[in-house]
Amino acid sequence: MTAPAGIVTAKRGAAGRILDFFGRGVVNIVLVIVAVFWLVPSIGLALSSLRNSVDNSQTGWWTVFTRPAQLTVDNYTNLLSNSQFMGSFVNTIAITLPATAAVVIIGSLAGYAFAWIRFPGRDWLLVAVIVLLAVPLQVSLIPIAKLYGSIGLFGSILGVIIFHTAYGLPFAIFLLRNFFTQVPGELLEAARLDGASEWRIFSRIILPLGMPAIASLAIFQFLWVWNDMLVALIFTNATSQPITVAIQSQLRQFGANIDILSAGAFLSMIIPLIVFFAFQRYFVSALLAGSTK
Amino acid sequence: MSTSHTVRVTPRGGESAKRPPHHAPGRRRLITALIFMAPALVLLGVLVAYPVVYSLWRSMFDASGVNFIGGQNYVTMFTDPATFISIRNNIIWVIVAPVTCTVLGLIFAVLMNRIKWATAFKLIVFMPMAISMVASGVIFRTLFQEDPNLGAVNAGLVAVHDAFSPGASYPGARPGSDSTLTVASDGEIQSQATVAVGSVQNFPLVGLQTSTLPGTAKPAVAAETPAANQITGTVWLDFVPGGGGTPGTIGDGKMGLPGVTVEVVDTHGAVVASAVAADDGTYTINSPTSSGSYIVTLPASNFSQGYSGISWLGPTLVTAVIILSYVWIWAGFSMVMIASGLSAMDISLQEAARVDGANEWQVFRRITAPLLMPVLIVVFITLIINVLKIFDLVYVIPPGSSLPDATVIAVQLWTVSFGGGNDQGLGSALAILLLVLVLPFMIINVRRFKMEREQ
Repeated sequence: MTAPAGIVTAKRGAAGRILDFFGRGVVNIVLVIVAVFWLVPSIGLALSSLRNSVDNSQTGWWTVFTRPAQLTVDNYTNLLSNSQFMGSFVNTIAITLPATAAVVIIGSLAGYAFAWIRFPGRDWLLVAVIVLLAVPLQVSLIPIAKLYGSIGLFGSILGVIIFHTAYGLPFAIFLLRNFFTQVPGELLEAARLDGASEWRIFSRIILPLGMPAIASLAIFQFLWVWNDMLVALIFTNATSQPITVAIQSQLRQFGANIDILSAGAFLSMIIPLIVFFAFQRYFVSALLAGSTK
Repeated sequence: MSTSHTVRVTPRGGESAKRPPHHAPGRRRLITALIFMAPALVLLGVLVAYPVVYSLWRSMFDASGVNFIGGQNYVTMFTDPATFISIRNNIIWVIVAPVTCTVLGLIFAVLMNRIKWATAFKLIVFMPMAISMVASGVIFRTLFQEDPNLGAVNAGLVAVHDAFSPGASYPGARPGSDSTLTVASDGEIQSQATVAVGSVQNFPLVGLQTSTLPGTAKPAVAAETPAANQITGTVWLDFVPGGGGTPGTIGDGKMGLPGVTVEVVDTHGAVVASAVAADDGTYTINSPTSSGSYIVTLPASNFSQGYSGISWLGPTLVTAVIILSYVWIWAGFSMVMIASGLSAMDISLQEAARVDGANEWQVFRRITAPLLMPVLIVVFITLIINVLKIFDLVYVIPPGSSLPDATVIAVQLWTVSFGGGNDQGLGSALAILLLVLVLPFMIINVRRFKMEREQ
C-alpha cells in the first residue's frame, strides 16, 4: 500500500472520493431517518394538543396535513381556565425553584469544605458521599413517608422540597468539589496569609470562580426536580401536586382524552425545553462532570 | 489536587514548624469543615442514610409492622407472582436497555462527525432528555394506541400492510333483504341457485357506509355480456346516500365494491376459478369448462375485520414499547457523552493509521473503540443504575389492564406499599433489593474514584 505512494494516492483519490460521496450520502440519509424518528413523537403530541376532543377521538394527528382547518387552540384556553391544572403548574414552580436553590447553596458549602479544608476523616466522608450518589431514592419513600406523617410534613410542598434537596446533594457535592479543587491553590494561600476567614475565601474566591459549575448544577437540578413524578406522587396531595402528577392522574381517570393530556403535557414541557435550549452547554457539562472518566 | 494541599501553608505558619499541640489545627479545621457541611450532613443523614437502616429493619416485619417475621418478606418477594414478574422484568430491562442506548449513542456519535448538520442532529436526539418521563409516557402511549385510526404506529403498519395486500375488506356487508343471495354459516355470500356458464350473477350488498369505501371505488356499472365460457357480474353497494334508487338495480350513483374476491365453486365445493372485482364493481370469470352450472360465491374473507395492526400495549409487547420509549430518551445521553469523549481524543493516532492504509472500520475497531472504552463503561454503568430504578415510564405507559405484565421493582414497591397493597414490610424488602442490585455499581464508582485520585 505504501510503496508507490504517488500513483496509488492518485488512484485512491478518485475512487476514494466517489466512495466518500456515496458514503456521506448514506450517512446523511440514515441520520435524516433517525432524526425523523426522534422528532415524530413530539410533533405528534404538539399536533394532538392543537385538535379538539372530537377530532382526537376519531382520527389521528396526521390528518392535520390533509385537513389543516381542524387546528385550534381551544385545548390551551381550556387548560388556562382549568384551575386544578394551573394550580399544579404553580406548584411545580414552587417546588422546583427552592429545591434548586437549596441544593446549590448547601452543596457549594459542603463542596468547599471537601475541596479546601483538610480535616480528619475527609476522605472517608467523601467516599460515603460517592456511595450515597447511587442510593435509589425509592429506599427513602417508606421511611420518610412515615417520618413526614409524624411531623406533619406529609402532603406539603416543603416536604417535597426537602426530599429533593437531600437526594440532589450527593451529586452536587461531588460535582462542586471536583470543580472547586481546580481553583488555583495560590489564590487561597494568598488569602489565608492575609488572614481571610474561610467564609470570606468561600464567598469571595470560590463562589465567583465556581460559577460555571454552579450553573451546571443548577440547570441539572432544575430539570430533575421539574420532571420528577415519583416523589411528588407520594408526598403531595390534590392541592400540592405538581403538573407531572396532575397529568398522570388525568391519564388514570380518563384514559384516552388526549386533547387535555397533550396540552397539559406540552405545557409541562415548555419551561424545561426553554431552559434546556438556552443552557444546553451547562446541562451537558453537568452530565459529564457527574460521571467523569 | 493533592499537590496543592501539600504546599498549603497554614494561617499561622510558625505553629506547624514548632509542632505545638498536635491536634489543635486539625480539630479547628474539623470544626470549620463541620460548620460548612452541617446542612448537607443533616439532610443526607436523615433523608438518605437513616432510611436505609430503617428499611432494612422494617423489611423484617409484616404488613402491620408489629410482628417480626425475619426473612419472610424476602421469600415472598420471589414466590409471589406479582413481585416475581417485576423482578423478571427488571432483569429484562437491565439486559436490553443500557446496551441498546450505548450502542445507538456510539453509532450516532461516530456518524454525526460526517454530516454538516451535526449540531441540529445532536439537539434533536438529545432533546427528549429535557422533558419529563410523564410527558414522554403520554407521547408513547398515544403513539402506540391499538386503534389504527388513532395510534400512529398501527396506522403506519396498516398502510404498509394494505399496500402489499390489496384485497379490500368490507366488514358488515350483507345481501339486501329482497335479494336472491344467501349467507352461509361461515359468512360466505352465495348465489341462491347454480349459475350456468355464460350468464350474469350480480351481488347487490347493503350494510356498509359510503364513507368507509376505499377511495378507488367508482360508480357501479352493469357487467359486460359474458362470452360462452365466462361468468360476469357486478358487486355493488345497493344504497343511494340520501335515499332513492331501486333496490337490486345499478345506477343513481350506487358505488362498486372494488377488490372483492369472487369464486366459482363446483357441486363438490371445490373452487374452480376466481376473480377480483374492478373499481366499478364488475368482475369476469373465465370458466374452465364451456358449459355446466356453478355456485358463485363471495368468500367470507371479503367481510372479515381486516388487518388492524398490533396490540402494542397488550401484555406481551408492552415492556418492549416502554423500553423503546426509554431508548428514545436516553440514547441522546449516551450520544452526547460519547461524542465529547471522541472530541477530547487526540486524533493523530487515527490519522497515522489512515496514512498507513488502514480503512475506516479498522481505524474504529483498533484505535477509536479501545480509546473510547472508559467513556463507554461510564455511560453503561450510569444507564444500568438508572434502569434499575425505572418508575415513571412503566407507571404511565401501560393501560391498567397490562400494568401487571409490565411492572418493575420500583412500581411494585409503590403498589404494595402505597398503591393499595398496604404492606410496607414487603415494600421495604423490595427497596433493599433495589439497593442490593445497585451495590456492585456503587463499589465500581468508589474504585474508579480512588484510582483517579492516585493518578
